[in-house]
Amino acid sequence: MSSQTLAGRPADTDSVRDAVVRLTDVRRHFGETPAIDGVTLTVRKGEILGLIGRSGAGKSTLIRCLNGLERPDSGSIEIEGREITGLSEQALQPLRRRIGMIFQHFNLLSAKTVEENVALPLKIEGWSKEKRLARAAELLDLVGLAGKAKSYPAALSGGQKQRVGIARALAAGPALLLSDEATSALDPETTAAILDLLKDINAKLGLTILLITHEMEVIRTIADRVAVIDAGQIVEEGPVWSVFADPQTATTQNLLAGIRPGLPPAVAARLVPGPGGSDAGETILGVDLSGPEAGTLLSGLSAEVAGRLRLIHGGIDDIQGQPVARFFVGVPSSAGAAAQAIAYLERRGAKVEVFGHVADHA
Amino acid sequence: MSPIMLELFFRSFWETVVMTVASGAISLVAGLPLGLALVATAKGGIAENRAINLALGAIVNGFRSVPFIILLVALIPVTRFIVGTSIGMWAAIVPLAIAATPYYARIAEVSLREVDRGLIEAVRAMGGNRWTIIREVLVPEALPSLVAGFTVTLITLIGASAMAGAIGAGGLGDLAIRYGYQRFETAVMVAVVAVLIVLVCVIQWAGDRLVARLDHKG
Repeated sequence: MSSQTLAGRPADTDSVRDAVVRLTDVRRHFGETPAIDGVTLTVRKGEILGLIGRSGAGKSTLIRCLNGLERPDSGSIEIEGREITGLSEQALQPLRRRIGMIFQHFNLLSAKTVEENVALPLKIEGWSKEKRLARAAELLDLVGLAGKAKSYPAALSGGQKQRVGIARALAAGPALLLSDEATSALDPETTAAILDLLKDINAKLGLTILLITHEMEVIRTIADRVAVIDAGQIVEEGPVWSVFADPQTATTQNLLAGIRPGLPPAVAARLVPGPGGSDAGETILGVDLSGPEAGTLLSGLSAEVAGRLRLIHGGIDDIQGQPVARFFVGVPSSAGAAAQAIAYLERRGAKVEVFGHVADHA
Repeated sequence: MSPIMLELFFRSFWETVVMTVASGAISLVAGLPLGLALVATAKGGIAENRAINLALGAIVNGFRSVPFIILLVALIPVTRFIVGTSIGMWAAIVPLAIAATPYYARIAEVSLREVDRGLIEAVRAMGGNRWTIIREVLVPEALPSLVAGFTVTLITLIGASAMAGAIGAGGLGDLAIRYGYQRFETAVMVAVVAVLIVLVCVIQWAGDRLVARLDHKG
């Protein structure tokens, strides 16, 4: 379903049809400090958009503007084509039923059983008890908790609680699901299971999901597109593979630091600036290339330098089915071999960074 | 103890129970909404209103700062208006309830304020209005704590009802003062204290049991 978004970074997201959410120049200040500083962003029907940023970047405030829990100072917020910024609290209430939300700390009511929690949005909508409990049972089945209907949340594990949270968010058949750091309180294994579930729901129900997180791993696992927020502004936006392959801003690079190969510190420590010249020396290159070409880059480069190629770190990653190559290699510094290697890589369309050289690689 | 004394003792016990239960019930019915109003109108509450919050706070503090024995006398005109008389057990219930209501309102306020704001946010996010938040979140989530606070209120009322003897309301406390203390009948004093201890223990035990049954926080 996300194939059309893989074509490349869209130049103008505003021109995209089927927007579930359209933010235009949204601003929100807390006192003097801007929490959101002119955000323009579109969430398209059926996609999973990941909004990533450090703590305090403004992502929580932004997501709360979408269902009117926070009100922006200025700018426009359209949900399914309807402007919501001017709406009263009463007018927002029916609209919020079109938007499900899940939370970092699950926010389940401890005094209600699992099925009562899931059925609560329907109770608010005025469904009869019989109908809403039947619907709750359906949803608990969907999230894999069929046997837990009569349990209280305190008896569940973190992952199970979030499954209840998801079932509850889906109860009223929302057009949009907001996920506020939904996996941040969970261990890695449970996180993976919850993300799988969200992805499954996205595919099965065609549900549009906007998730905020501070973990790139979450974005990588689940999102179709990513928007990076820093100091209340969107600093970068695009398909996940494209942002991972070629991050444009320091913020994105920092967020990616943990899951993207970098030059090993041991090599970096011995680095001398410049391409070098001695026979024994090695020039250290960083190489980035994404797309189908990426798979054959290393073998081509090896042939170019007559096999005298040393792979230091990195390789090929698969992101949304796109091969994304990022590796660090050493090539002989002597007799123009380095220059030849760089020329070859650039001919193949790769991004090359020359870090310097090391005297020998012993 | 003589049969007459014994009869007086049982009557006093009954008076204490009636005064405590009746004024407790009134303080629950009036104090809980007052506590809800205090929480709702507070800063960041679901119906934030500084003026109303300050006014309610001042009224609650005003009543709470008056010593009960003074309140008992000062409220005589009010009592006479409501009950028709200013002496006796039914007359004592009015000042007891009026003193216990702001007391329980504060206890309820603390319990309600402890409810996780995330839960309120979650119900707002699913389209709930203020009434939904009160009915589905604030009261049920605070219920164990509200019950524990009500237990404390009931026990405080048992103590306060002793002073109601001053307006001829009777009760165990009055019996202890008039017979046990003023007439040096030590046996009456000991019996009253023993019964009060048992009464307090039973209320506390029942309250704790109920709290344990209501609490699903694990």
